[in-house]
This record gives sequence, C-alpha cells and structure tokens, in this order.
Amino acid sequence: MAFTAFSSSSTAAEPAVARRSPIALFLLLPGILYLILFFVTPLISLVITSLQEPDPLRFGTFTNAFQWENYVIVLETYGEQSLRSAGFAALATLFALLIGFPLGYFIGITLRPYPLLQGLALVLVIAPFFISFLLRTLAWKQIFSDEGFVAGVLSALAILPPGQAITGTAFSVIFGLTYNFIPFMTLPIYATLASLDLRLLEAGNDLYGSPAVTFRTVTLPLSAAGVMSGTLLTFIPAAGDYINASREFLGSTDTTMIGNVIETNFLVLQNFPAAAALSLVLMAAILILVSLYVKRSGTEELL
Amino acid sequence: MRGFGKWGIWVYAGMAFTFLLIPIVYTIAFSFNDARRTNILWRGFTFDNWLNVCDAQTVCEAFGTSILIGVVATFLATTLGTMIAIALVRYRFRFRNTTTLLIFLPMTTPEVVLGAGLAAQFLQAGVPKGLGTIILAHTLFCLSFVVVTVRARVASIDPALEEAGRDLYGNPRQVFWRITFPMLLPGIVAAALLSFALSFDDFIITNFNRGAEVTFPSYVYTAAARGIPPEANVIASAVFFLAIALVLIAQVSAAVRRRQLAATT
Repeated sequence: MAFTAFSSSSTAAEPAVARRSPIALFLLLPGILYLILFFVTPLISLVITSLQEPDPLRFGTFTNAFQWENYVIVLETYGEQSLRSAGFAALATLFALLIGFPLGYFIGITLRPYPLLQGLALVLVIAPFFISFLLRTLAWKQIFSDEGFVAGVLSALAILPPGQAITGTAFSVIFGLTYNFIPFMTLPIYATLASLDLRLLEAGNDLYGSPAVTFRTVTLPLSAAGVMSGTLLTFIPAAGDYINASREFLGSTDTTMIGNVIETNFLVLQNFPAAAALSLVLMAAILILVSLYVKRSGTEELL
Repeated sequence: MRGFGKWGIWVYAGMAFTFLLIPIVYTIAFSFNDARRTNILWRGFTFDNWLNVCDAQTVCEAFGTSILIGVVATFLATTLGTMIAIALVRYRFRFRNTTTLLIFLPMTTPEVVLGAGLAAQFLQAGVPKGLGTIILAHTLFCLSFVVVTVRARVASIDPALEEAGRDLYGNPRQVFWRITFPMLLPGIVAAALLSFALSFDDFIITNFNRGAEVTFPSYVYTAAARGIPPEANVIASAVFFLAIALVLIAQVSAAVRRRQLAATT
C-alpha cells in the first residue's frame, strides 16, 4: 500500500549506487513534463484567475488584471466557512486518531503472532476503500434519516429533541469525515507499529515500567512517524472535502465548508476569481501547516 | 496499555471493525432491495437488480465510462511513475530535491485545489472538458502514488543482479526486460491497482473537469438528490466483492509462501 511507503520507507536521499547517466533524463523527462504541464501550470492558472476582474463589456466573463482585493473579499465573505473547515477537519482528525491508533496497535502488535489474522484485519481496514465513497456516505445519511432506527432510538431516549434531525448538523458532518478517513489514519500507524521491536516493550517491563509508562515512553515515541503521516493524510483531504458537508449528503447550509464554497463558486456561480483565490488560500494554509508540523516533529523524511 | 489491553483492545478493535463495516453491509444489503422508485426503505428481498443491472441504462454507461477512464489513466500514470521511480532510486542528477518535491506536492494538495486548478487551466486554454480532460486529471493524481509505491520496490532490488546481467553480455534492453522489469512487477501491479482504485472512486477532481461526461461517482452524486437506483448499489457491491477477492487471494498466497519458506529453511 502507498501508505506504508509514505510513512515508513526512509527516502534514502542519496541512492546506494547512484550513477550519473543520460538515461536518468530519459526516465524523468516525460513524467516531470507531465507534472509541470498539469500541476505547476494549473497552479499558475489559479494565480492568474484569482486576480481577474469582471469584464465590463461582456457580462459574466473576466479579464486578466491585478485585482488583489479578490483575496480580501473572499476572506471576508467566507471567513466563517474557512474556519469551520479547519475546525471540522481538526476534530475529525482527532476522532480518527482515537479510533485509528488502538486499531493500528491491535493489528500491528496484538495480532503479530497471527499473520493470517493480521492480514484479514488489514483487509477489513481498507474494505471501505472498495465501496464507492459517495455510496457509503449516503448509507450513513440513510441510517441517520428521520425515519431510521438510530433517530428512533435517540428520540425514544429523549436524547434527540423532537423536530431535531441528525443529518445536516455539524455532528453528522464530523462523523462522516471521521468515518471516511479512519483507514488513512490507521494504515500508517499500523505500518510503524508493525516494525516496532517487541523486545523494547519487554525491556520497559523488565525495568519496572508500568504498562502505562512503557506505552508513554516507548510505544508512543516510536509510533510518532506513523501518527504524523496519518494526521496529515486525514487532515488534508478532510479540510478540502465537500461531499460530507454537502446538502445532498450529511450536511446542510449551516455546515458549508471551504470545499463547498469553491465548488459552488466555480461550477455553479461561475465566479472563477473567487474560487481560484479561495483554492490558493486553502493550499497556502495547508502548506504552512504541513511544513510547521513536519519541522516541529523533526521527521523530514516524510517528504 | 497492556493491562487494559489484554481483553479491552480486542473489544475495542471489534467495535471499530463493526463500525467500519456498517455502511458497506448497508450498501450491499440495499442492492437486494425490491425498490421500485427510491431505494431508501426496505421493501423486500430480490435478485432482480443483480440480474438486470443494465436496465438502469445510465448507471451502466457511467460504469463503463469509469472503467475506460480508470484503465487509460492507470496505464499512463503507471508508465510515467515507474520511470520516475527507477530514476529516483538508481541515478544521481541535479535538482533532485526539487524533483522529489514536485512529485510529492500533488499528494499534499487538497483535491478541490487540483480540480479547480486544472479546470482554470482548461478554461484559459479553451480546451473543452470531457473524457480527455478527466483522463489527464486522473493521470496526474495517480502519478505520485505510483512513484511512491514503485520506489519502495526498486529500492529493495539488489543492483548486483543487474550487474551480473551486464557481465554476461546482456545489452541494456535485455537487462531491463529480463531482470529489472520482472523483479519490479509486483510493485508495478500494486501501483496499477491502487491507481485504478483511486481513479474509479474519484469524484471531486472529476467533477471540476468532466463537462457533460458522466462517471459512476458523478452519476451517484447527481442522482443522490432524487434517490439512487438499486442498480448503483449492485455495481458498487460487485466492485467491492471483486476487490476483496483480489486482496484475499494476495494475502493467502503470501501466507502460503511464508509457510513454504519456513518449511524449507
């Protein structure tokens, strides 16, 4: 799985038997050109688009300009949605960690004596990937629907006030984000714990460390790399997601996230500059967060 | 952790696995629902949806489109990505760090940004959106995942084997196709399967670049408002069973090989 490689394989900055050769250029050129054409220039297109102003002659179209105010306008208009995205994504990441860490520990350490069981458990973790993302999110919507079993039980217990729906709330959106990204959190954590030397845990035990102390001083620091890539793999897509928060799925107009705003502005309102400016704000925010995070935890080998 | 862990962790993990499986079971169950118009309430068990999947023509066409896009994008991404992965492990070159950054940045970029960027570029260049633009977009986001997956495999190959091939007067082409490629194959297959899965299930980037083209996820998205026909559940379930079968076969054969290895040594 890519996640394993993403988290645990050290990048080996300099190859063991590195040679200089024109073959390298031949191997790299097509892919690098592709990335420049379809990753770098689109980003430049976004910058150009984000600075455009409405064309005074043709209604609904835009001309190139240096309309820096676009950024101020989108941040003022959609500040709430941007903050909500960060908050929802952070909470979903936290919940995914609370579920994913014990799960990764269970598969990587508890199940280590039983390789076949371990393999099956891994299959269960990645199973949600194999059923359509949209359909499994819709499944939750229907499970939580007003006529559904869950809403019935919760109303009967008077936990859910009458007239209050479960879907369309912050709860259901965060729930959906958490569910959808649990595998992204679990797999890298599993990958680091699977290669943890169990003798270290025994040593902790032998040195009269209580299980809690051993966990805190041995297991946790040694799984930091996995926790880190898991957090990034969950937070980044969750912050930009607009399926869970969409009205047709688990959200409502009260749960709009930045992804929904970008989508609506680009595809429905055709306000391309606003969508482009917001995209770049989102990307910049994530890049800053990632680099701070990577620097603080000191595992630069992630990149 | 261990004191509580003895039984606690089994219970906790069991609950987590159940949680993960709930919507999957739900989706599969409702592929057998005798739904007439909307597939929301349970109306009774039937095999009809499975037997007549293509009665819902639009679902079937969308499925075909998704397969086509997945195959082409996977082929392109796997080819380009494998070449980059080999170069990264085996060769020294200038701008190495810039290159690595360029490969990993798409993975840390949210899908909305990738989608909007490509759409903005196609708009400015006047390229009409459709099947072609979807394939170009999918190839892009699969590429980085291919590089990461294959790179790990390249790094695990002993270069001495290739040297032996050269010593035995194999020309570069023979060395590559008879030694390097067969040893890379498991990594390439894994990368291709991952690419296909990513492409097949992608909605966000596709939605920005599809124009009027309908893929399976975009069909589900637009149909969500008025109710998804059970045939969509059938297709999703069939894909699920196929994928699980493939993974299980791989797992079991790996376990068998481990056992054989243990028996011989």
